[in-house]
Amino acid sequence: MSYFSDIYNGVKTLLTGMSVTGKYFINARKEIITQEFPNNRATLKMFDRFRGEVVMPHDENNEHRCTGCQKCELACPNGSIEIIWDRVIDEETGKKIKAIDKHIYHLSMCTMCGLCIEACPTDAIKWSQNFSNSSYDRTQLTKVLNKPGSKIAPGVKDKE
Amino acid sequence: MTTTTENNAFKSQEYFINMGPQHPATHGVLRLLLTIDGEIIKNIDPDLGYIHRSIEKMCERDSYQQIVHLTDRMDYLSAHINNEAVCLAVENALGLEVPERVKVIRTIIAELTRLASHQLWWGVMGMDVGALTTYFYGFRDREMINDIFEETCGARLTMNYNIPGGLMFDLHPNFVQRVKDFIAHFKTKLPEYDTLLTGNVIFQKRTQGVGILTKEDAISFGTTGPVARASGFSCDVRKHHPYSAYDRVQFNEALFTVGDTFTRYQVRIQEMWESMAIIEQLIDNIPDGEFKTPTNAVIKLPKGEFYQRVETARGELGVFIVSDGKKNPYRLKFRSPGFSNLSALKKMAVGSKLGDLVAIMATLDIVVPDIDR
Repeated sequence: MSYFSDIYNGVKTLLTGMSVTGKYFINARKEIITQEFPNNRATLKMFDRFRGEVVMPHDENNEHRCTGCQKCELACPNGSIEIIWDRVIDEETGKKIKAIDKHIYHLSMCTMCGLCIEACPTDAIKWSQNFSNSSYDRTQLTKVLNKPGSKIAPGVKDKE
Repeated sequence: MTTTTENNAFKSQEYFINMGPQHPATHGVLRLLLTIDGEIIKNIDPDLGYIHRSIEKMCERDSYQQIVHLTDRMDYLSAHINNEAVCLAVENALGLEVPERVKVIRTIIAELTRLASHQLWWGVMGMDVGALTTYFYGFRDREMINDIFEETCGARLTMNYNIPGGLMFDLHPNFVQRVKDFIAHFKTKLPEYDTLLTGNVIFQKRTQGVGILTKEDAISFGTTGPVARASGFSCDVRKHHPYSAYDRVQFNEALFTVGDTFTRYQVRIQEMWESMAIIEQLIDNIPDGEFKTPTNAVIKLPKGEFYQRVETARGELGVFIVSDGKKNPYRLKFRSPGFSNLSALKKMAVGSKLGDLVAIMATLDIVVPDIDR
């Protein structure tokens, strides 16, 4: 007798589970939960805080806000940031000040921890929302963040 | 082995097979060396080290702010809770009092992390025992939590939202509404999990009475988390040694007594209900205030030894810091829950069938980077 009740209970629990999947099968058009990624690239909006890669914003005069204080380089846990700096003569005071020559960012070593951006005293670097960072050649992942010929924006001073 | 002159064709003979390191049911690069007689498991030797990254050694090189992001990469499914453990250890050593707001936010996000981890586990558990549908349902609901994390913390998995002294930035304005939406959504979906899998006769036949761990064994092997609580060992750190905001919320510790694969499953399902209850109690009254206590740019701990434990989705994570007063620790040891839980696998699985091993492994909820570090 238990043989038949086992079969009955087995079929019953299977149908109970199938009722859930069946409900979704019928209502499949109402709740679409998948995104077709490459097709929605034009409309895809990432969240503001999304950590894609580190960028250095430049204004229309090709000026950035990096003083070359190297705090981001020190804060980075794995050496993704390398700053090559030099001393230039400040036009206002005539004194020699620090200025960056190259702000090199190794995206291939970056763990997106965000410590460099927290450490920056002048908000010179920020996150971009660019997420498709893969490349066929790893040398493309080493980036120079300051644009060629760019200078520091006037009035941006290192807080001592 | 006997002499070859006899006909051995009908004699039983033990042999070895490798499960892993590349096996979908080990959830990572874990190699199990199995001694098998027919289909009965005689012995299990876990072979670790395939994803060892020497995180503990790297911690000795890094400053205390930099250590936090490495713990994301241990148990990546409870990344926030791991970060919290290190931050709490550093804050306790410094004698730093964090604002109430930070404590509540940390607790809410930790519980969301636990929910996300258990949702993923539920999907994968079903898939391990042959129910592919659960995988999609688990991931559908987990996606909402990941979006909450992405909006507030900036990343979906390795969040690195905690810093010693507080949080990296304040909550996103949409956070509270999104969490409420999620809770309302998931309250209707969690009963579906039971309908779909828990009551299923095939699932019950594969899990009930399989891989039994007694309470004595659970204690002697040092298992923690859902694995130990299924055996009746009350070990919830949130209950026994409250940290952050757990002392002001009401919740029940999910405790069962049988200790088989099915009860370990039930513990996690009940923990999801409890996590939602905790979030509901806190989400409406997040206190105002600062989101971090300022610390020195270079944190130097006083000389001595400091220990902090937290309850991750897998069990008890301990952080042990030995400081010699410099800016980086002299030694840092993580007591990871996965490692101790894995040690009980031999006790659970020896004597059962090869197919049951996959079900037992699924309820251990192994994350291999947590075991190897």
